[in-house]
Amino acid sequence: MKILTGNDLKSGAVTWWDGQGWSLHVEDAVDVGEHGGDIAAREAAARRVVSPEIIDGTRDGDSVRPAHIKDRIRALGPTVRLDLSLKRADPAAGNWVI
Amino acid sequence: METQFRFRADEPAGDPAVTVDSFGEQTNASAVRIEPGDDARVLLPFLDRLRLVEVNFPAYTDGRGYSAACILREAGYQGELRAVGDVLVDQLAYMRRCGFDSFAPEHPLNQADAEAAMARYPDVYTPTVDGRAPIWAKRHHSA
Amino acid sequence: MYVYDEYDQQMVDARVADFRDQVRRRLDGSLAEDQFRPLRLMNGLYLQLHAYMLRVAVPYGTLSSAQMRMLGDIADKYDRGYGHFTTRQNIQYNWIKLEEAPDILADLASVGMHAIQTSGNCIRNTTSDQYAGAIADEIVDPRPYAELIRQWSTFHPEFSYLPRKFKMAVIASDTDRAAMRLHDIGIQLVRNAAGELGAAFYVGGGMGRTPMIAPCINAFVPIDQMITYSEACLRVYNRHGRRDNKYKARIKILVHELGKEEYTRQVEAEFAHLLTLNLEPPAAELERIKAQFADPAFVPGLPDTLDLSDPAFALWVKNNTHTHKQAGYVVVTISLKPTGGIPGDASADQIRLMADLAADYSFDELRVTHAQNIVLPHVRKDQLHALWQKLAAAGLGAANLDQIGDIIACPGLDYCSLANARSIPVAQKISERFAAKEEEIGELKLKISGCINACGHHHAGHIGILGVDRKGVENYQLLLGGCEGADTSLAQITGPGFDENGIVDAVERATDVYLANREGGERFLDTYRRLGMAPFKEAIYRKEPA
Repeated sequence: MKILTGNDLKSGAVTWWDGQGWSLHVEDAVDVGEHGGDIAAREAAARRVVSPEIIDGTRDGDSVRPAHIKDRIRALGPTVRLDLSLKRADPAAGNWVI
Repeated sequence: METQFRFRADEPAGDPAVTVDSFGEQTNASAVRIEPGDDARVLLPFLDRLRLVEVNFPAYTDGRGYSAACILREAGYQGELRAVGDVLVDQLAYMRRCGFDSFAPEHPLNQADAEAAMARYPDVYTPTVDGRAPIWAKRHHSA
Repeated sequence: MYVYDEYDQQMVDARVADFRDQVRRRLDGSLAEDQFRPLRLMNGLYLQLHAYMLRVAVPYGTLSSAQMRMLGDIADKYDRGYGHFTTRQNIQYNWIKLEEAPDILADLASVGMHAIQTSGNCIRNTTSDQYAGAIADEIVDPRPYAELIRQWSTFHPEFSYLPRKFKMAVIASDTDRAAMRLHDIGIQLVRNAAGELGAAFYVGGGMGRTPMIAPCINAFVPIDQMITYSEACLRVYNRHGRRDNKYKARIKILVHELGKEEYTRQVEAEFAHLLTLNLEPPAAELERIKAQFADPAFVPGLPDTLDLSDPAFALWVKNNTHTHKQAGYVVVTISLKPTGGIPGDASADQIRLMADLAADYSFDELRVTHAQNIVLPHVRKDQLHALWQKLAAAGLGAANLDQIGDIIACPGLDYCSLANARSIPVAQKISERFAAKEEEIGELKLKISGCINACGHHHAGHIGILGVDRKGVENYQLLLGGCEGADTSLAQITGPGFDENGIVDAVERATDVYLANREGGERFLDTYRRLGMAPFKEAIYRKEPA
């Protein structure tokens, strides 16, 4: 699947296009198919996202798994500070990145 | 491109600006346009003939035009020195300090933002061709 | 240390107002991102992997306890309770919001700090020797000269849109503690035969994709022409540095492509012209600045001995302290590399503790080193044990300066959008693997970069590690024999790369070769230089029987 991701302009938080808006959670990401470029341009112009990028990913049960390790780290948080990650209650969260 | 800001009292030069390459051959040209890759020093023998030098900024991140401007003013050029092209509000103050006295931005600038940007810094750390006393001169009253 | 006068304060205050206005225009749409990006970079604000990252300048690595305390408070108020000290003596915060950045800059300005020109294609923070002003082997304190450079380079109107970033370092000792030869301009302050002070200019060094050691282009520029000569070097670079290829845009490429002689000829011609323009600050300005770097009120006649009966204290003294120029005092390095820790990171509480310790034990002054540690420059020997106990209690007592556990590591793929591989987990694994052996191994400077941009300075490591992306999987190359310092050398790659566990094993094999073959008091680097790559390579790639 093609996923659209970026950062929130004001807060810098990593965001994922969920079909209607920007979510902090990668599992909400939808397949943007061929439309990623148009959505990205519109959202950036409206200042709802900065540095949007279309990346590859796969559905993984309830979740979405970005193809590249960098985007998995973006999705989770720094692997060396899981206490700051989006899944701080999950001690195995770091394994998902690799 | 239209000149949006001009800090000179005299009349603007009427002649169109020719390229640096063709300037040497046209003994009656009084206006020239410098591109980033041109060497401003080739104009030094002709400064008293020049009424207008345009310095093109195709991309504002290409800072070669600042050195071109400084070089011309250091050599005594007193005609109009105009920054053209990708000129944004946030470059105006530095461009003024390098000797530019007119600006023809590709996209017109917000007047209030431009005026605020040019007036923002009360002092300067290093002397340039603009003649402003640097902070070290003010500290030691050698202005 | 230097304290802002009203002029300096007005300039940083104006900069805060300037940036606040630029953020306003970004958020209301009058500035597009590609117009805003160079402006926010010139205020040290990156868009990074997880959020905005702010890089705060620590000029020549020196700061006061009040400034350090503010850095700790900023970590709590605006970030997630910690900061990262960098290989250019700065501090970085990783979780910054754009809308709060102007307020952070205002808080910094209130203690005479800023994030000006810590990124962007402009002149960056000028670094220096972390022991400046505290040790006997400098001919002068280099920091007043670094302060002159700081003021000259700040908001320089001609040099704010260079082909690429520009980094300078200033030292005043033959012992180069600032990796001076690996900078765009490195300056060593020297005396000529007549005893006059001058600046030796080394231009065109750097790391990154194409590491180069800077050649000396002028062995003696009279000190009252140092700024003018710097201006000449920058103007030639601004006019002729490559702008067609971001990876060939540093001055080292220009010097290399023109050749040292031609580059020097152009600089000298520009210098002759610029000398007619009165650009140099007057001697009175240098004297004004120097007066602020006078020695603190050292107490004479203090006891110069230490009770080393506590072995843990003795080890820390041996490894983490340096001889001070004043009897009865010592220079202390606080290691930010606890076993298994994140190199260079410190919590807000640790930062504030170090600020308090500086106030109590070190005349209010601290230094950040380019090895990502903190120095307390002037500590009384009769107070050293008390200081050490407080450091140890706060997890700041690691006795591993310049040993294999004292790893320099960039933030890597855990934090940095430029990275190809994570560097911190490798650092942690190495730190843990060697914790019991680091004293036996002795001096070994190990440096890890998560990508070819080399922010971890791996080219200058006795052991260097470079993280790469091998078909989407992290892979690590091993390099040996690099060195910063007067005998600067660039590390050489051993061969094919390794995965995260493999690289730790490879490092251990290399250190085993050293331990088996060292002679006399050789360090790892010395044994490597004596034996060459071959025995190391053979051991590293030897297939062990199953």
